[in-house]
Amino acid sequence: MFAAENGLKGDPRLEAISAAIRVVPNFPKKGIMFQDITTLLLDHKAFKHTIDIFVDRYKDMQISVVAGVEARGFMFGPSIALAIGAKFVPLRKPGKLPGKIHIALKFLGFFVVDDENGNTVIIGKVISESYELEYGHDRLEMHVDAVEPLERVIIIDDLVATGGTLSAAISLMESQGAEVVECACVIGLPEVKGQHKLKGKPLYVLVEPSGLDEFC
Amino acid sequence: MLFLLYILLLSLCHRAPAIRLPSNNSKTPFLLRSVCVSLHLISYHLALLFFRRVNSSKASRDSETMATKEDVQDPRIPKIASSIRVIPDFPKPGIMFQDITTLLLDTEAFKDTIDIFVERYKGKGISVVAGVEARGFIFGPPIALAIGAKFVPLRKPKKLPGKVISEEYSLEYGTDKIEMHVGAVEPGERAIIIDDLIATGGTLAAAIRLLERVGVTIAECACVIELPVLKGREKLGETPLFILVTSDAA
Repeated sequence: MFAAENGLKGDPRLEAISAAIRVVPNFPKKGIMFQDITTLLLDHKAFKHTIDIFVDRYKDMQISVVAGVEARGFMFGPSIALAIGAKFVPLRKPGKLPGKIHIALKFLGFFVVDDENGNTVIIGKVISESYELEYGHDRLEMHVDAVEPLERVIIIDDLVATGGTLSAAISLMESQGAEVVECACVIGLPEVKGQHKLKGKPLYVLVEPSGLDEFC
Repeated sequence: MLFLLYILLLSLCHRAPAIRLPSNNSKTPFLLRSVCVSLHLISYHLALLFFRRVNSSKASRDSETMATKEDVQDPRIPKIASSIRVIPDFPKPGIMFQDITTLLLDTEAFKDTIDIFVERYKGKGISVVAGVEARGFIFGPPIALAIGAKFVPLRKPKKLPGKVISEEYSLEYGTDKIEMHVGAVEPGERAIIIDDLIATGGTLAAAIRLLERVGVTIAECACVIELPVLKGREKLGETPLFILVTSDAA
């Protein structure tokens, strides 16, 4: 749900955050109005507000893991993790996380589940999940020893569009027995407005995108 | 009074003064001669003492700009070092990869890491923290927030949506580029550049060139880990480098 609908209506910090986000038309391809958070990071006050709002929300919720989606989730997640005393777990693009054992392990009797449509693939010590993006598809990886069963997790990204990336992140967490308490994003595209849950998990968003035409 | 002036003069000379002793042939009484000699010797040693003290404080000032862990090791460093996992043969055979993801799982070690950097850079007029993709994005923003600076991501090509400036750098095979948004920084700003690790120094050197091209002064480069055997420091030229942990594994 949007922060304004959840106790922060009229909070001037939300306006400052929204105003600090730059829109770049036709990136990465024609028709996409890209929400650029790098300008938010240049505005120290607005950046601090962003982190403060998330910290205030999660600090008393016994969250032990903040998972951030590469790469822009890395810009927000660690500060939140530090402030609430949680671990930070990066969720990365394929091949970036060390410790990965090659698919050759399949021949050694490793259990591998592979599906074209975005089901969990277990490859050695790294588990991965492929998913649909707003524009294309990609894969997300996490160390298997990063989270323990029953840990309470929040997943952070800069923006939620279709929810594909976050769904994959939720699957990764749940495959390890962790409980996803909430997904949190700075920006939520219109597709998610009214969608309070993502794969059954609550979704918390600070602002709507700037510079888009109003839909009827 | 004269004696004090004499000592001052001697210490300013920074040299052992030639001690001319009253000659034996002089008619000066023995006691007086002894006193003169003693005074010369005392003043000479005092001058030497003063000179040495000046030198040692200069030396410690110099070493402050280098890895301070060499002077008095910060008690937080061993825990940080032990929280970093070494993974052999990643991303290719022969490389001992320094995996900081385990540091991020240790809440105390991660907090200590950030605290050490924040203590070093707070109140030093740093207005820009530039972080190198992607692990620099993990350490940079918490530091930037704590010291009141902007965070500027330095990214691989085609990731930044707006107008960019690029800097090319050499890899073992071929070249790569890092990019920064035009207008992210202004001439005259003071910056620190953050990454998790310095190996060959190619990426950091490119980051320095990128920022200096737009008139920014790099106060220091800061990394959690250095692999000194790869001599990355040499590529940084005049820019100082601050490190928490060194690893001989390369």
